[in-house]
Amino acid sequence: MLTVEARLTRGEFTLDASFDAEADGVVALFGASGAGKTTLADAIAGLVRPEAGRIALEDRVLFDAEAGIDIKPERRRIGYVFQDGRLFPHLSVRRNLLYGHRFAPRDRRYATLERIVTLLGLEALLQRRPGTLSGGERQRVALGRALMAQPELLLMDEPLAALDVPRKAQVIDYIERLRDEIGVPIVFVSHAVDEVARLAGTIVVMAGGRVAAAGPAAEVMARLDLDPLAGIEAAGAVLDATVQSHDAAYGLTELAVPGGILRVPRLRLAQGHRLRVRVRARDVSLATAEPRETSVLNVFRGRVVEIGPRRGASVDVAVDIGARLTARITARSADTLGLAPGSEVYALVKSVAVDPASLVQAEQDNPGSEGG
Amino acid sequence: MALTPLEVEAIRLSLRVAGWAVLISLPLGIAVAWLLARYRFPGREILNGLVHLPLVLPPVVVGFVLLLLLGRQGPLGAWLDDWFGITLAFTWQGAAVASAVVSFPLMVRAIRLSIEGMDRRLETAARTLGAPPVWVFVTISLPLIAPGILTGVILAFARCLGEFGATITFVSNIPGETRTLPLALYTYTQVPGGLDGAFRLMVIAIVIAFAALIGSEFLARIVKRRLEG
Repeated sequence: MLTVEARLTRGEFTLDASFDAEADGVVALFGASGAGKTTLADAIAGLVRPEAGRIALEDRVLFDAEAGIDIKPERRRIGYVFQDGRLFPHLSVRRNLLYGHRFAPRDRRYATLERIVTLLGLEALLQRRPGTLSGGERQRVALGRALMAQPELLLMDEPLAALDVPRKAQVIDYIERLRDEIGVPIVFVSHAVDEVARLAGTIVVMAGGRVAAAGPAAEVMARLDLDPLAGIEAAGAVLDATVQSHDAAYGLTELAVPGGILRVPRLRLAQGHRLRVRVRARDVSLATAEPRETSVLNVFRGRVVEIGPRRGASVDVAVDIGARLTARITARSADTLGLAPGSEVYALVKSVAVDPASLVQAEQDNPGSEGG
Repeated sequence: MALTPLEVEAIRLSLRVAGWAVLISLPLGIAVAWLLARYRFPGREILNGLVHLPLVLPPVVVGFVLLLLLGRQGPLGAWLDDWFGITLAFTWQGAAVASAVVSFPLMVRAIRLSIEGMDRRLETAARTLGAPPVWVFVTISLPLIAPGILTGVILAFARCLGEFGATITFVSNIPGETRTLPLALYTYTQVPGGLDGAFRLMVIAIVIAFAALIGSEFLARIVKRRLEG
């Protein structure tokens, strides 16, 4: 359990945040820039001292203003991967990786150099200097360096923000691997919803220095009131899905999701494989009668739960189809259809709207799954 | 053009004085530069002023101050003599102290600039990896400010080789003890028929200065390569 409660004032900005999260898998600190995510991460690492509050990891108190406890950053055993990598320019990759190793208590070491190097694909880089590495390579080395200090928690502050799209995809694969294989709990700071949707099991949404919401990823992502905080593109829902069958003839995969079957472009995953898919609100449309002749393959019957506030010409409508789905439709359509909470509707999801990059592999608790 | 014993003596003395001057002022220079660059404390401006004073004072004045403070009768000089048996006035050690004082501001300036220009976030990163502050200083800060330290050392060394006013005032012009190269050259110019000797020393001074410049450039390149990979 990671318990965080921190208050501090810096000029105009006030941080007043508290949350509890199971220190397991990835906890995302999510929000727009200026929301206080990095300050909160710095407080967890001991790089800034809150004026009041308490920070504890499992049974270890790292900071307690009242009790006068403030463990120094070098004694917290919390790894930190910075946005800019911050590799030591005068040391080789190998010596960067080994920098923190000597300080880790012998009986608490879980990552060896060989394992980290293999996991992050760093074999060819060991003798190089950071100045000669590409952005993606630098972030991989930064991940490895933080892990080699054998931390009990790994903080990542926008580790992908400085990378271009292909590198981002590559590094996120590596983060996923170490989440699943090393098992160190990760606090992932990000303003990018696709990264958060893909990695996080728990999401803490921050806005204006406060925690706006916290909870399991699927629940938090389906909440309508959080969209303005997360940015307009963020709206959407996350569904837990299981691969049910493949339709080779049409190149489709059928996913069982709560409320029905979701057809998506063919996935290279075995039957029974569990994953999470993100359905963007703008890819969902609504109908009050069952659409019979339509090109849209995915039709779910459900009930309107909530209609969000009007923003510009559009409103977001939350629909319960067995899980929550969000549809972004025009305010005019909402009125024409006479939508209100409780209305029975059909939600149409374009199968092509499911972005393969947003397909998330869920917990590795399914023995029938391939890959990993 | 073989060197005369007198010339050899002056060169060796100059190098010895300058070498020791830099050696004793380097740790102090790093400490003071660090203090000035990183901390805000009462009296900071006064310390800063004191460090820079030799840069703006006539060297003769510095030498005279040293004579008053560190001479056999001076408060510090008497104490050093009583407790440690160290005499600075009219000795080559005294010449080294005079050179160190005069060159100190140059050294501190160069080191301080590199400390201020250093990316402190690397130190933060090192601490999150578990390294205690002293270890961070030795393994991260020092190597990263090495170019500044090198510049400071070279500037100070060059200034020491050229030191004249403070030296002659504090430790006088004693052959074999405090007569460094500039003092020897000056002495030649004060005696009839000494111009040939002065000319030879001038050439030697130019050669030494030139060699030092080339050597430092070479060192700077090595340091730079080590830092940037």
